[in-house]
Amino acid sequence: MTLPAQTASDMSEAVGLHTVTKRFPGVLAVDGVSLTVRTGEVHVLLGENGAGKSTIVGMLAGLQEPDDGHISVAGTGSRLDSPSASLDAGIATVFQHVMLVPTLTVFENLVLGAPWWRRPHRAQIERRIAELSRDFGLKVQLDAMTGDLSLGEQQQIEIARALLRDARVLILDEATSMLTPSGADELGAQMRRLAERGLAVIFITHKLGEAYRFGDRISVLQQGRMVGDIAPDALARMDEDAAIEEMVRLMFGGSDTSASLYRDRPAPTAAPLLSVERLGTEGGAEMMALKDLSFDLRPGEILGIAGIDGNGQKQLAEALSGQRSATAGRVMFDGADVTRLSVGQRRKLGLRYLTDDRLSEGTIGIFPIAENTVLKDIGAAPFWSGGIERPARIGAHAREVIRHYSVRAPSEFTPIGHLSGGNIQKVLLARELTGEARAVIFNKPTYGLDTRNIAASRRRIREIADKGLAVLLISTELDELIELADRIAVMASGRIRGTVVNDAGAGDLRLRLGRLMVDEGKMADTTGDAA
Amino acid sequence: MSASSELDDAAPAQSPRRSSRWLQRFVLVTLGPILAALVVSGIVLLLFGVDPLEYYGYVVRRGLLSSLGLQQTATRMAPLLFLAAGLIVAFRAGLWNLGVDGQFLLGAVAAAALAPSLVDILPGWAMLVAGFCVAALVGALWSVVPALLRAYQGVNEIITTLMMTFLGVSLANVLVKLVFLDPTTTVPQTRTLPVPDRMPRLFDTTISSGMIWGILAVLAVHLMMTRTAFGLRLRTVGANPHAAAHAGLNVPLLTVAVFAISAGFAGLAGASEVLGVTGNIQADWNPAYGLMVIPLVFLARFHGVGSIILIFLYSTLLIGAESAARRVGVPQDFTLVLVSSLLILLALAEWLDARRSWTES
Ligand SMILES: Nc1ncnc2c1ncn2[C@@H]1O[C@H](COP(=O)(O)OP(=O)(O)OP(=O)(O)O)[C@@H](O)[C@H]1O
Ligand SMILES: [Mg+2]
Repeated sequence: MTLPAQTASDMSEAVGLHTVTKRFPGVLAVDGVSLTVRTGEVHVLLGENGAGKSTIVGMLAGLQEPDDGHISVAGTGSRLDSPSASLDAGIATVFQHVMLVPTLTVFENLVLGAPWWRRPHRAQIERRIAELSRDFGLKVQLDAMTGDLSLGEQQQIEIARALLRDARVLILDEATSMLTPSGADELGAQMRRLAERGLAVIFITHKLGEAYRFGDRISVLQQGRMVGDIAPDALARMDEDAAIEEMVRLMFGGSDTSASLYRDRPAPTAAPLLSVERLGTEGGAEMMALKDLSFDLRPGEILGIAGIDGNGQKQLAEALSGQRSATAGRVMFDGADVTRLSVGQRRKLGLRYLTDDRLSEGTIGIFPIAENTVLKDIGAAPFWSGGIERPARIGAHAREVIRHYSVRAPSEFTPIGHLSGGNIQKVLLARELTGEARAVIFNKPTYGLDTRNIAASRRRIREIADKGLAVLLISTELDELIELADRIAVMASGRIRGTVVNDAGAGDLRLRLGRLMVDEGKMADTTGDAA
Repeated sequence: MSASSELDDAAPAQSPRRSSRWLQRFVLVTLGPILAALVVSGIVLLLFGVDPLEYYGYVVRRGLLSSLGLQQTATRMAPLLFLAAGLIVAFRAGLWNLGVDGQFLLGAVAAAALAPSLVDILPGWAMLVAGFCVAALVGALWSVVPALLRAYQGVNEIITTLMMTFLGVSLANVLVKLVFLDPTTTVPQTRTLPVPDRMPRLFDTTISSGMIWGILAVLAVHLMMTRTAFGLRLRTVGANPHAAAHAGLNVPLLTVAVFAISAGFAGLAGASEVLGVTGNIQADWNPAYGLMVIPLVFLARFHGVGSIILIFLYSTLLIGAESAARRVGVPQDFTLVLVSSLLILLALAEWLDARRSWTES
């Protein structure tokens, strides 16, 4: 794809980092990194959790300034000292964690940041959004209240917002992590088209296949340092497997650790621990209702829930954990009806829920890691005695969590909001697994994790099932479900469309699941139009 | 692993830097605005032909250095401290109870109405305890409407509590003038609690023991919010109600509890003023202490000890300025100039600081 005849100008620098260093208290997040992103290229940034990718994005987006080194835009040194400076320089960013205002409608979020004297032209925006939806397969309901949407849907809005800005540099920090595989492919194709039109795209992902398919050039970070890259011509010469092997080698300096965990084992036969009987919840214009949902989950079993994001998976998890009230049916746990019990009461019985919304639901960003590890056990021994906090106990517990789950953090006093996405996830995982857990609901447990952490997390999920815990695994990644689950139920439009036994029958199984999802996807569309 | 060595490298280099940072920040955000406010107000004084040094000197001498002034200062602190205790609970729990003045006045009226009629029935201490309890209860009741609206309907409490204060102040007035009016005097006021029956004074001074109770209240609240499970629950709700619900906390119930505690302390503040100092309530009495304490609690960043210190300084200023008004001829309202310029400068410094740390990390 790179022709020698190409002139210097059309491969010129769009943005560049020049020996940039960024420190946070106790962490060297970015260490003397130099990087040139050229116009007309999709430049992929890879690196394990905490490698410093989002920090680089933060500096390009004007959220942070480098401690050392400098940034140049289009060949000239420039100071990106505020988000508006970055936008003015033509850099549009989709952040890893959604940054929309939950209490505004989607439309208001899209026009947010426009000068106050310029009235947003609704018709014009509607037209552009319609175009974008067509080109990218994005689903954007302009009048929905943003806070009511699932994270995946919110991420689509972020992407739409960045695309609306006609930037010269587009940064996507793990923007595909919440999209369906076909949605991610659409976005990838669109990135290619934008690059052909002369944009520079910075694309951050943990999915190495995507990196190969969508990227022109790949740079790899390890603990804040640039440890290698794959130039376009080299990348073009490799096939996908060779490229992925090379990327893994650069990222971890070792071999791929993610061997498949699936093994044939006898289907658990114990009496169900968790039974859901004809469960229903209330829905709204923008919130999918659950309808007539039934399944059983046995101790030691992993039941996968597959489906396109936003088809009621989150509502199901919330109804089971007690955060959302059921309007029909019941939830039985260990033979007792828990439908009316509160979140805390269910947790005491051993029912745990790992949310997919790490930042606004799972943690309190300004609280230290230590307090976040016990946030669901406030007042309980041994961390409190007679209602009085025992900071030493909590601190010791937090240090243990940090060590055992290899959380990359300076200390247990660090506010958890300062950790990278993957490291926050490790803390949450630890929190759900401490104490007397009997059944765990995982909602997208590995989203945003790097290859090694995905493997480690999946191993943990497998281990806790082997220990006899019941696991409900909600995921949009078929690979993950096929690797871990005993049975896989497919959800669409708030119902269970079908359940298949995971016989690891490889291609055939994938096909069957896909068919269930797609058929139902069409049906969801038609019902959506009718409503 | 290189990660750990990197951390080790960073750790020692960081602590001296952090402490100098802290000092820088303290100067910028706290000390700077105070000095600047003194200068600005000094300029205003100069414009009126008053020597600012003389004025400030007088304030310090009267409010702090003279024995009588100091005693008055200490007495004035009592209601402010109780109010601060209530505000610390609310603010740390992320609820902006700006209606403490209404809760204060109604609590005061309750105490003023009840205490004189109990004097003959109950022993002195029991009468005082009853007065305080009823005042707390009435204060808490006055917060029920904003609390329920906030907890179950998500209605912004800033507006509702302020509205309830308007209502509360008027209601208190009506009660004083129509219901609890002392028929034996011509001045419109409630029946007076005889001086010997009021809260005991400290030693041989005129200082009301309310100040001690107030300090204890602030410290207790501070410990509760920082060291107990209940406090952490409240702070969790305050920091992120979403996460609190996810963690299994009963957010609406905790919200109502915060309002009740906060308004209860406001009621106690009213009782401490009536049962400790004034002995009765005169018509149209509304010292609006709450509006003074709110900025102080903010300035102390909701910290208990910090609030106590600031309230002490502020009381000194109030008492000193009262006498200065008589002696130097500067109207007493001049304290308002001083305080409001302080607030504006504080907000400015806060903004600068936020901008700075925002670009830095
Ligand atoms: N505001 C902050 N304060 C303190 N430390 C921070 C802050 N932001 C990031 N860090 C630290 O800097 C390091 C790099 O974080 P960064 O978010 O850039 O990682 P990442 O490569 O994006 O990882 P992930 O794939 O998990 O998102 C991490 O160790 C993180 O804890
Ligand atoms: Mg990141």
